[in-house]
Amino acid sequence: MTSVVVEPAPTRVAGGRLADDARALRVVWKRELIRFGRNRLRIVTALVQPVLFLFILGTGLSPILTAGGGFSFRTFMFPGVVAMTVLFTSIFSAISIVWDREFGFLREMLVAPVHRWSLVLGKCLGGATVATIQGAIMLALAGAVGVPYSPPMLAAMVGEMALTAFALTAFGVLVASRMAQVESFQVVTQFFVLPMFFLSGAVFPLSHLPTWLGVLAKVDPLTYAVDPLRRAVFAHVRLPPALAHTLDPGVTWAGWRLPVGLELAMVAAAALAMLLVAVGQFSRPD
Amino acid sequence: MTEAAIVVEGLSKRYGDLQAVREVSFEVAAGETFGFLGPNGAGKSTTISMLCTLSAPSGGRASVAGFDVVSARAEVRRRIGLVFQDTTLDDYLTAAENLRFHAELYGVPRGAVGARMAQVLEMVGLAERRDSLVRTFSGGMKRRLEIARGLLHSPRVLFLDEPTVGLDPQTRAHIWSYINQLKDKERITMFLTTHYMDEAEYCDRIAIIDHGTLVAVDTPEALKASVGQDRVELVTDDDQAAIRALGERFALEAKLSEGAVTVHVPSGAEFVPRLFAGLEVPVRSVKVARPTLDDVFMTYTGRTIRDAEAGAADRLRASPWMRARRRP
Repeated sequence: MTSVVVEPAPTRVAGGRLADDARALRVVWKRELIRFGRNRLRIVTALVQPVLFLFILGTGLSPILTAGGGFSFRTFMFPGVVAMTVLFTSIFSAISIVWDREFGFLREMLVAPVHRWSLVLGKCLGGATVATIQGAIMLALAGAVGVPYSPPMLAAMVGEMALTAFALTAFGVLVASRMAQVESFQVVTQFFVLPMFFLSGAVFPLSHLPTWLGVLAKVDPLTYAVDPLRRAVFAHVRLPPALAHTLDPGVTWAGWRLPVGLELAMVAAAALAMLLVAVGQFSRPD
Repeated sequence: MTEAAIVVEGLSKRYGDLQAVREVSFEVAAGETFGFLGPNGAGKSTTISMLCTLSAPSGGRASVAGFDVVSARAEVRRRIGLVFQDTTLDDYLTAAENLRFHAELYGVPRGAVGARMAQVLEMVGLAERRDSLVRTFSGGMKRRLEIARGLLHSPRVLFLDEPTVGLDPQTRAHIWSYINQLKDKERITMFLTTHYMDEAEYCDRIAIIDHGTLVAVDTPEALKASVGQDRVELVTDDDQAAIRALGERFALEAKLSEGAVTVHVPSGAEFVPRLFAGLEVPVRSVKVARPTLDDVFMTYTGRTIRDAEAGAADRLRASPWMRARRRP
């Protein structure tokens, strides 16, 4: 054993508390990216389900749902499966907190001399970044389903995905804060994630629906995140006005079609609300 | 200035009806290695978690590195290092990434992080594995990495909660050689809990805790001297008869402990010949031992630490909760 003389590290520079919290936030965010980048298999696996939906379900439904017009149902489904990718990746990233608890790493974070909000916000931003990257990989398939690679469309979609991913990660972190075991993940998937996905208009247009289904769709927060993505795509594909109206009806409240700005503001408000509750959950005394 | 690193006054913790820690008071001097010795469930971990600000005391007060554990939690946390019983590493990060994560959380000055990481990795002999994923590490390597991480932000006090539990004897010895080096190299106060008697020997002072109460605090040598008697262990054909005979003929209070009839006498070597002359029960073997910390524990608590642990396990098995869980 070599002899090492260990000098005490220099005394901390008297940095402001906010700077400490910012460092904590950044390193928690970075950890998510490191873990994401290291798990290539997970990146590929996360693409399988959306690709199946898009190319198998989308192709299979095409003949009955779009009579002629040279329009493929896959084009309709494209923004839906992009949202799906973001949904599943965000929730999965957030739920990893439960694994962190199981394997003890959460404790290492919670005992640190920083404010808990910095840890929660770092986790949410990390999960959101990962989900946005995963969604962006799906965007690369645009050309295969008849959607042009228009830079303004892609930019808008990335922005909308990032906002949606942040809201969903905050929701997932909130759920994870109340979850004791990894097994509960199945419950979350069955009772929250899948209903949210199916009601959001990701896989079928929200036009000509029976009242009950239409109401449920409007209650689903994810609906307000899917619609902006779909509008971004439909603004860049040419199709007959009647068909466009059926496939892209937007979200209407008493006949009034919500503008994209309002939809995104609602998603942002939900994100903020869930972030605040999640911070509250993690800031409770042990 | 010799300011105490830890001051504890009347510290208590109550969980519902269970009084886990009862009005414990002690002080630990700066630079001292202080051991908390007791069976599982004696209140060791509860005390350590109060000192680390992880749980709030029900009564009394404690300060660590000069700051109150309730009113100045962040100040305390900044000045302490923690090595938990269970691993708290991220298996999917490398050793260096785990350390860097910790350095950022604890606000180690950016310019100092690299050098300090190299120092602590070198100290625990993991410098060559710095870029390996932690999940490729053995249990002993993980524990060493956790010790390195606990030291990374140059804490004033390092808390080690059962630092060698679950490790094989060889690895335990290895960990202790690192901890002992640490005492020489860093001027640091160490507070550790253990239920291994041999590990308690490494401490400057030991506190024996049983049923949430401190029963003795002193150096290992002084504690052993306070017992002052040799221990004689007999394996006999009829233990009950031997215990009766020892009481009647020698006026000694013998106990059955771990399968041997045990008595304490001032001089074991002189007692053995008298024993053979006066005891009619056939004796198969005799062992005479100088007082050990086991004897100290037995003197203060009335039982050996292994018996105490077996008792705790029986109580657990007897509880309806455990039985409910074991039902198929």
